[in-house]
Amino acid sequence: MSAVDHAEAHHHDGPEPGLLRWVFTTNHKDIGTLYLLFSLLMFFVGGVMALIIRAELFQPGMQLVDPYFFNEMTTLHALVMIFGAIMPGFVGLANWQVPMMLGAPDMALPRLNNWSFWLLPFAFTLLLSTMFMPGGGPAGGWTMYPPLMLETGQAFPFVIFAVHIMGMSSILGAINIIATIFNMRAPGMTLMMMPLFIWTWLITAFLLIAAMPVLAGAVTMLLTDQYFGTHFFNAAGGGDPVMYQHIFWFFGHPEVYIMILPAFGIVSQIIPTFARKPLFGYASMVYATASIAFLSFIVWAHHMFTVGMPLAGELFFMYATMLIAVPTGVKVFNWVATMWQGAMTFETPMLFALAFVVLFSIGGFSGLMLAIASVDFQYQDGYFVVAHFHYVLVTGAAFAIIAAAYYWLPKWTGNMYDEQLGKLHFWTSVVSVNILYFPQHFVGLAGMPRRIPDYAVQFTEWNMVSTVGAFLFGFSQLIFVWLVIKAIRGGVKAEGRSWEGAHGMEWELPSPAPYHSFQTPPDISKIVARGDLHS
Amino acid sequence: MKWDKRLVTITSGLAGGLALAATPAWAGLGELNLPYGVTSIAHMNYDLNMLVLWITIFIGIIVFGAMGYSIYHHRKSQGAVAAQFHHNTTIEVVWTVIPLLILVGMAIAATRGLVLMYDTDNAEMDIKVTGYQWQWRYDYLGEGVSFYSKLDEQSNQARQLGSPLRPERVEHYLRNVDKPLVVPINTKIRFLITAEDVIHGWWVPEFGWKMDAIPGYVNRAWTKIEQPGVYRGQCAELCGRDHGFMPIVVIAKTPEEYKKWLAEQKERQSASEGAEQASAERSPAVDAAQTQS
Repeated sequence: MSAVDHAEAHHHDGPEPGLLRWVFTTNHKDIGTLYLLFSLLMFFVGGVMALIIRAELFQPGMQLVDPYFFNEMTTLHALVMIFGAIMPGFVGLANWQVPMMLGAPDMALPRLNNWSFWLLPFAFTLLLSTMFMPGGGPAGGWTMYPPLMLETGQAFPFVIFAVHIMGMSSILGAINIIATIFNMRAPGMTLMMMPLFIWTWLITAFLLIAAMPVLAGAVTMLLTDQYFGTHFFNAAGGGDPVMYQHIFWFFGHPEVYIMILPAFGIVSQIIPTFARKPLFGYASMVYATASIAFLSFIVWAHHMFTVGMPLAGELFFMYATMLIAVPTGVKVFNWVATMWQGAMTFETPMLFALAFVVLFSIGGFSGLMLAIASVDFQYQDGYFVVAHFHYVLVTGAAFAIIAAAYYWLPKWTGNMYDEQLGKLHFWTSVVSVNILYFPQHFVGLAGMPRRIPDYAVQFTEWNMVSTVGAFLFGFSQLIFVWLVIKAIRGGVKAEGRSWEGAHGMEWELPSPAPYHSFQTPPDISKIVARGDLHS
Repeated sequence: MKWDKRLVTITSGLAGGLALAATPAWAGLGELNLPYGVTSIAHMNYDLNMLVLWITIFIGIIVFGAMGYSIYHHRKSQGAVAAQFHHNTTIEVVWTVIPLLILVGMAIAATRGLVLMYDTDNAEMDIKVTGYQWQWRYDYLGEGVSFYSKLDEQSNQARQLGSPLRPERVEHYLRNVDKPLVVPINTKIRFLITAEDVIHGWWVPEFGWKMDAIPGYVNRAWTKIEQPGVYRGQCAELCGRDHGFMPIVVIAKTPEEYKKWLAEQKERQSASEGAEQASAERSPAVDAAQTQS
């Protein structure tokens, strides 16, 4: 009996052998890895869809695909990238880093953690399988506006169900992160001592819990409209198609910040490390994040300036939207002030973080232009909008996830990644991504609508440039895959504190970090005294 | 569609693309900004666009300039030693309040713009625009003139998958219709915009706005065109398979020419209605003939 106990106790020190480890794991690092690999896979699935879109748009005329298939691609590209690549990417980072940065052994709810990940492969198998169903996959845009969405063939209920499962996964993940942050902090660690990555994720988790059920409600109403004789959105039955848009964007706008707040957190970790200087304005960063989160709930109708809202509505949503520029500006100023008079070095995570600050700001500038409601009657539904949200989502959110991967890879694998390869990845990415998205501002302003498979000939040149950029950017990402594989397999051994200027509790652990992060809570007072935590 | 055939189209397309790249024309490269347009709304939106663009460029130069300076001068490799300051209340208040003031200024300008756009009163004529999958219908309210307007035949041929007709050879490819909307200049026209099936978006950039066409809603917008001409646009809201293929063409004429055109339309419409009526009267006989056989 005691021998069995002993064997079992021993057993729990490390991962189980074999593939089943990944199925049954309740370990935050294993689950973090699963999330990150899933995110990377979806990044390429969604990327291939984007390349199909860009290939068709290389020149006027239809060369490759049917217009319906093109619409499927734009719809699925967005769903896959948002729910499959960006969100799981951030959750994966949270899984790896939250326990380590709080001085905890694991997440608060390990079994829930396992389930919240394993929902995702099912959700996306379901979603992607719709492409092969009679009538084709969803082609009404990721926003799924009725009445168009109701024209979807047999794929319709499967898409709705897939969205439900994704939402469930997100909500469970968010509950777990909140529970962990509130209950598992090392003794003596107050909220205002938490690293910015933890703060931004805490706020993001609340946004998730508030927003995802609203999406679930909206798509369920679509489902009942289609199959159960309700007329929520059917004007002929006394319903209102615009109501769907209000409900959708009440989810959709917080969703935008769900995808960017953790990125703010990441950049706020990386810049101080490589500037060798404490983050400027820690408290104002926390308050700015919280105010952005609050404002995100009262600006949703700026996605709908052209639906024919009353003047008062337009004005309210315009003013509220413009207000977001203030806390966002504060963040950017704080990052620049952190760099000011620092002693900077430019390893790959820092390069991506600096590119984030510049390119995300460009996305913010176009966002401010879009906020001006009267001009939005020109911008709306055009390529200018496409350029705007790809600047904030690709050079914003995706660049931050990549920066975070570089930053913490030594901690995860115990090996330093290949710096030369990392720099190559950075420079090819940052050049090609601008070739890809910057010209989209031009065609958008000149009158090219979004979500069209073919265009008038005056838009040809910039679309060609954009497509060339897209293929360069897409293939550049293979460098990253190769680099990660190389770092997992070996390389220069990483120290516990992998970066000279790194502060925070994850760097107190050896690299690679032990399977159960902190089995005894760290002594916070010592860490604070050394200046390794904000106090 | 066979793949080999498709491959031929792709290669020929690529060759065509390269040929295009070789020609010095590159006319599309000049298409960078909103059109200045032909209405007061379009001018106002153009000016607002430029105002906010320049403000953001100005802010960008300051922020990225400071960042660039820091990146250049505060490098460890240059022997920089990190300072350890981490907050400064004065500067934090300053960079919260100044952007706020700039925003208030922009908000005032933008509010004026919206008020102008929403003033649809005192229109001299009304045109009802209805979106269908995938064409537009125009009703000249009170005149009894109405017609459908869809993609022109040549564009329609050229846009088919693997079509031998190349888009470059079609005049106004995808921006041409079989029957354009005709309107008078210097006249305040109110558009009443709706849709029959799914949501569409009626957008002519030269007029300075687009408006969603939503089933069950009648949205209002207005325009007063300053000069005669042909103005082209297309559907802006995803409306299904052929969303990219429902253009809008508006021909603006002097009020006199417009009146002449309207009179012709009325005549033609009443003539065709007469013909329709005649055919309607004939049809029972046809039905009877069919049931008999």
